[in-house]
Amino acid sequence: MTEGRLHTRTLVALSSLVASGEISSIELTRLFLDRIGRFNGRLNAFLTVDPEYALAQAAAIDRSKQKREALGPLSGVPIAVKDNICTRGIRTTCASRILENYIPPYDAHVVQRLRKAGAVIVGKLNMDEFAMGSSNENSAFGPVRNPWSLERTPGGSSGGPAAATASSLVAAALGSDTGGSVRQPASFCGITALKPTYGRVSRYGLVAFASSLDQIAPITRDIRDAARLLGVIAGHDSRDATSYPGEVENYEVECGKAIKGMRVGVVRDAFEKGCDEDVASAIDKALETFKQLGCELVEVSLPHISYGVSVYYIVAPAEASSNLARFDSVRYGLRVLGEDLFDTYAKTRAQGFGAEVKRRIMLGTYALSAGYYDAFYLRAQKVRTLIWNDYAEAFKRCDVLLTPTAPTPAFKLGEKTGDPLAMYLQDIFTLPPSLAGIPAVSAPCGFSSSGLPIGMQLCAPAFHEGRLVRITHAFEQSTDFINRRPAAFELD
Amino acid sequence: MARTYEPVIGLEVHAQLLTRSKMFCGCSTEFGAPPNTHVCPVCLGLPGALPVPNGGAVEMAIRAALALGCTVRNRSRFARKNYFYPDLAKNYQISQYELPLNEHGRLEIEVDGVKRRVGIVRIHLEEDAAKNLHPVGAGGDTLVDFNRGGTPLMEIVSDPDMRSAAEAEEYLRKLREILMFAGVNDGNLEEGSFRCDANVSLRPTGQKQLGTRVELKNINSFRFVRKAIEYEVMRQQSVLDSGGIVEQETRAWNVEQSRSFTMRSKEEAMDYRYFPDPDLPELVVSDEMIARARAQLAELPAEKRARYRSALGLTEYDASVLTSHPAISSYFESCTNELLKACEKPLSPQQAGKRCANFIQSEVMRYLKTEGLGLQVPVTASRLAELIAIVEIGAISGKMAKEVFAQMAATGKAAKKVVEQKGLSQISDASVIDGEVERLIQAHPEQVEQYRSGNKKVLGFFVGQVMKATKGSANPKMVNEALRKYLEG
Repeated sequence: MTEGRLHTRTLVALSSLVASGEISSIELTRLFLDRIGRFNGRLNAFLTVDPEYALAQAAAIDRSKQKREALGPLSGVPIAVKDNICTRGIRTTCASRILENYIPPYDAHVVQRLRKAGAVIVGKLNMDEFAMGSSNENSAFGPVRNPWSLERTPGGSSGGPAAATASSLVAAALGSDTGGSVRQPASFCGITALKPTYGRVSRYGLVAFASSLDQIAPITRDIRDAARLLGVIAGHDSRDATSYPGEVENYEVECGKAIKGMRVGVVRDAFEKGCDEDVASAIDKALETFKQLGCELVEVSLPHISYGVSVYYIVAPAEASSNLARFDSVRYGLRVLGEDLFDTYAKTRAQGFGAEVKRRIMLGTYALSAGYYDAFYLRAQKVRTLIWNDYAEAFKRCDVLLTPTAPTPAFKLGEKTGDPLAMYLQDIFTLPPSLAGIPAVSAPCGFSSSGLPIGMQLCAPAFHEGRLVRITHAFEQSTDFINRRPAAFELD
Repeated sequence: MARTYEPVIGLEVHAQLLTRSKMFCGCSTEFGAPPNTHVCPVCLGLPGALPVPNGGAVEMAIRAALALGCTVRNRSRFARKNYFYPDLAKNYQISQYELPLNEHGRLEIEVDGVKRRVGIVRIHLEEDAAKNLHPVGAGGDTLVDFNRGGTPLMEIVSDPDMRSAAEAEEYLRKLREILMFAGVNDGNLEEGSFRCDANVSLRPTGQKQLGTRVELKNINSFRFVRKAIEYEVMRQQSVLDSGGIVEQETRAWNVEQSRSFTMRSKEEAMDYRYFPDPDLPELVVSDEMIARARAQLAELPAEKRARYRSALGLTEYDASVLTSHPAISSYFESCTNELLKACEKPLSPQQAGKRCANFIQSEVMRYLKTEGLGLQVPVTASRLAELIAIVEIGAISGKMAKEVFAQMAATGKAAKKVVEQKGLSQISDASVIDGEVERLIQAHPEQVEQYRSGNKKVLGFFVGQVMKATKGSANPKMVNEALRKYLEG
């Protein structure tokens, strides 16, 4: 293997190269830092790159290796995290002016886990401001571009993690998913993302957008990488009261297991409405593949998921309006002094937050206001329970559910910025599983006529991430979508 | 003639729980530390930090609830109360709204012989705000000390069952006492660990429907509660008498001017946008937890007073003084127990109780007061029991005991040590006293003759001489007996 192609290898492959001593972590880290230096300008995927910090971690891994110490499951491989995940001593902006110079004094739980597993964190990735958006155009520091087509969006809100992983600027990344924020970007960028069950990964240190929905999720080249990364970050954390105390299963052993007899649920009405033709035909082909692999296709109906968008855009902004209240300039972050205290609050928040964040704060504040609470927030929570029930019913008849991840392939930058509602509809397939708290994967399942990646979404019952790994891996083995790469980033 | 009105009063009390750590993080709740030293990402509201409920605080709130006859919910919820203020790190307070931890309690009070049962609507858990400081020399800036931010509080909301300022004051005294005896609150009004807001309205006597209520904030002593409510009742009465209507508002009591001022009118009332806190799952309390809290619930003051009267034979007054604070009653109880164990002369529980009650109420309390020690008794209960035991067997007089106690308190020495070193020990050795008496009788034949011929007053002369010779330490009773024996026998 020539060194020039190392970057195309998976996280799992690279970590065994480091573990076996075929390459040092320092060499590997330099290679990726070099790629970031060369290509990030085109993509704007990174908000912060810290070579010194990265190389110090790599050197520590190499020293451990020399001392024949046991290396962790991510030994020495460069990865990066979305900029709403707190990193001690490294700026964490949430792609917002209000936190432009904010340096957290502590590491998020997942960052502690990554370090312990031997990962080399090279930097922080761009995103929609406070994870609010579906195109990464809401970043205060400029949009991320799609590696497959630079005039297109990489999706959002984890646009940076998806673009960086798809273009091999890092081996893998961590994003966060509230209503589809890792799945839709993975779909747009031709890679894999696995949103875990709500509670499976600690949110401690993830800057909150909508607390009842937020989950940190791996964004990777293939499903085995996702399984490896999820195995590292999953598990109980006493600092998050919503963290699930159950044992973490071994996700990686699911790779290679047969899926014969698995029942794949198909929600017909869901993807026939407003779905791009190329997307619909890619999903049809995927269904055909599953059939060939011995799966049973089952039609199921989820009568309430059509309310997913409405419910989500009440619940998520309501929680966000309260979560984002802490950005008031008193203790940290941007401060724009006004005439008095409340003027300072107003000026700081007016200048510090972008338009979409303000829109959602207003939506949420309204939904929680006296006289509207019952009609909006409470009603939305009730419908959320109905959606949860729909899934419970559906999973009596099938083992996984298949839908497209997004109704279209990547759209052009600027195409939907004037129409928030059209933008919100991007999440039509990804919102319902988030509202139900169940795990969902987005994996490449085809390409559009113009060569853009298309993703499929598979959902499973709560805490059945292993099942998603198994079926996605079987699909990967019988297709070659994960092996295609955006050409512009292969020129070495 | 002016109509008569009936005041209707309900109280909201915020009582700090005696946990060592805060409500949703592990930071210390210690009072008086340098500003912003007991803080962490959680109580500073840093991005990404999450709350985790303090199990100890939940347990204490349950104990308090049981002491007040509340029903404890097996499932309750934390909610966010949203408003912007610099002392609120997250700009929302984690509290409870719908589904509070405890509901439907009651507290019996008695004022001027009239008994009243005050209902308790709810007792819920919440976190305290930080403290805004306006120090001189900060150039007019406000500084925030987050040490207090996140301290566990119970909010205890009463029904509008009180009918006078005196009843409100009595309710607060009673409530404070119960919380202190339940071991969940230190009752310290100065440090703000027991705070009160009052809702006051007036209605024409005999009318069922309640009048418009006014909320009084910032009243942090029993005296001010009474004054503020009395002031408010008069204010509302004069508004009504002059044909006006009482506006619903929030008023703040101003101590210097002894009057209240409008803080917020009804129009300015806040919309707190309460909603269940998505960071915190339902708070689940099992029946076992409730049973455990019940078992841990110590004897409450009313029960103690009854027991002191019946088992120890104390007067009502003594019993109430000795139950004015849990520290005093526990000192009294261990002193009595020690005395029963330690005294060479067998005592009945009533005798021991009475001796200890007398000494504590006189000497100990006087000492604490003059030295400004609060409730920090410098002599342990068992050492005080030793001292009382020495008096009991006649080794020293009651008068000497006072001096010995002061010495014990000042030096930290045990009673016997002080008595020895000061040579205070009372001479109760019959042979010593007899010897002295014999010597005197031989030295003063004239006086002996006077006594024997009927002048009994001469006895005083002899007593004086014995005392002089023994530097006042002879047991007076024994001296008297010995003199009579020699003079008459």
